[in-house]
Amino acid sequence: MSKVEIAIRFASLFGAACFVLGLHFMNSPATARRGNQLSAFGMFVAIVAVLIGVGDGQGAAHMNATRWGVLAAGILIGGAYGLYSARTVQMTNMPQLVSLFNAVGGGAAALIAITDYHLDSHLPAGTATATVLDIVIGGVTFSGSVLAALKLQGYLSKPVSFPGSRLASGIVAIAAVGGSIWIVAGAHNQVVLLGVVVAAVLFGVLMVLPIGGADMPVVISLLNAFTGTAVAMAGFVLGNATLVIAGALVGASGSILTKLMADAMNRSVVNIIAGGFGTGAVGTDAVEGAGGPVKSIAVDDAALQLAYASKVIIVPGYGLAAAQAQHELRELGEVLESRGVEVSYAIHPVAGRMPGHMNVLLAEANVPYDQLKEMDEINSEFERTDVALVVGANDVTNPAARRPGNAVSGMPILNVDHAKSIIVVKRSMASGYAGIDNELYTDPKTSMFFTDAKKGLASLVAATKTLVG
Amino acid sequence: MTGSFVGDMTIFILALLVGFEVISKVPATLHTPLMSGANSIHGVVLVGVIILAGYVHGVLGYVLTFIAAAFGAANVVGGYAVTDRMLQMFRRRPVPAAAAKEDVK
Repeated sequence: MSKVEIAIRFASLFGAACFVLGLHFMNSPATARRGNQLSAFGMFVAIVAVLIGVGDGQGAAHMNATRWGVLAAGILIGGAYGLYSARTVQMTNMPQLVSLFNAVGGGAAALIAITDYHLDSHLPAGTATATVLDIVIGGVTFSGSVLAALKLQGYLSKPVSFPGSRLASGIVAIAAVGGSIWIVAGAHNQVVLLGVVVAAVLFGVLMVLPIGGADMPVVISLLNAFTGTAVAMAGFVLGNATLVIAGALVGASGSILTKLMADAMNRSVVNIIAGGFGTGAVGTDAVEGAGGPVKSIAVDDAALQLAYASKVIIVPGYGLAAAQAQHELRELGEVLESRGVEVSYAIHPVAGRMPGHMNVLLAEANVPYDQLKEMDEINSEFERTDVALVVGANDVTNPAARRPGNAVSGMPILNVDHAKSIIVVKRSMASGYAGIDNELYTDPKTSMFFTDAKKGLASLVAATKTLVG
Repeated sequence: MTGSFVGDMTIFILALLVGFEVISKVPATLHTPLMSGANSIHGVVLVGVIILAGYVHGVLGYVLTFIAAAFGAANVVGGYAVTDRMLQMFRRRPVPAAAAKEDVK
């Protein structure tokens, strides 16, 4: 081992240690940003070290002008695109961008194995196994994440299923597995490899196609874990420990995060991937109490109720994020506070489009951090609340979740129905992704303010301001 | 089965366990930044692309390397940048929030 090689090994070890410590620092809001910066610094060191390494001609590697040119062009173009989109993306569209970065990461991991096989198909069984796993997982992640990003962007937001889709998934899966076994057994054939790539990409599409927009966060998190695993496999292919460590870290953390998210929605990951509600063991009985009379309310009355309350809890949900109405919501909160109303925000763990997304959106709109309350913290406060204002949240407020035997049973909910009165800002009576009626809407204490969240909140702000105060 | 493969497997399993251990205590508030942060860490795939670039030849090899390098770089640069933007908003919160409240009153 030359001195340069030893130095590079140590630099890579330093980078890997930074990833672990960086993730550890992300346990608390106070240290999270430093954690991410430490992780980024470790990444920078690891990348510079390996650049020096290949320049120095480590192993059999030899860089020439063409190779440097291709590498530099790719890094500059990809890096510039990444930086530009990260800087300019609106925070409501951030989940799509994360999904897109995940897609390219998985794609790059798959390309490493493809290129490696293209260079030399005579691999030992262990490396060949890693190669096909990298290609299959990376390929599924790439197409699945691109489709997930498109769904979040609003294209194909409805679950798509067609007759025979399960059969098609089965055929594609068999093709991928069969081709993979053939390669490990020693096909030495690039056409077989191409077949595996195509099958994996198709499988990713078929997997995400039938999943609804509201389940996308769990899917993206799962795909994130997949990419980590694919990168670890790329590490096996190249015999590089940094890739193995970082990939395994992300694979493990992504899996845990996926489970946390699915738990918060009272769904199993298998249930989500298998597609849609009603396919699981949960029976869907007729929900009693639903279908009763619905009371609607005009903007002036709603404003009056809010302005003369002493304690208001705002419950923001997916609809708020979709309508990008977080700034109007913050303005309403400020107007009410200036009138002496005590305002706080109840954040359900899966509010928004990703877990924790609502906190990011409200933080961006300058809602004071201390007003954002997590579910366990605020649930006992609803009883002392004059008005609970629900904006674009649905299933997470449905009292039916406390009873067994329906699609939301057992899901942790916000105790909105304990408030003295409830105003729901919503476009229609349409049900949430659980597909059942929300009993909260027919509660005698509830008034429905049918409108778009952004327009509705703006008109509420205007109406509240004109009240004598 | 080579010695280095067994070594990589050892590292893989241990890193998985570290990953489970480090993540399991994160509050829900930070789930989105965490997912984004983990997302940038797998941008380390760029290191693999750079290693591979020393071996490729032929038009197909160059094209594949170019795409892989662009993908990896977008993942790593964009991932860290967008995570930092998110966390920056979290971090600033307590102080200016209190100041803003004073202004209203």
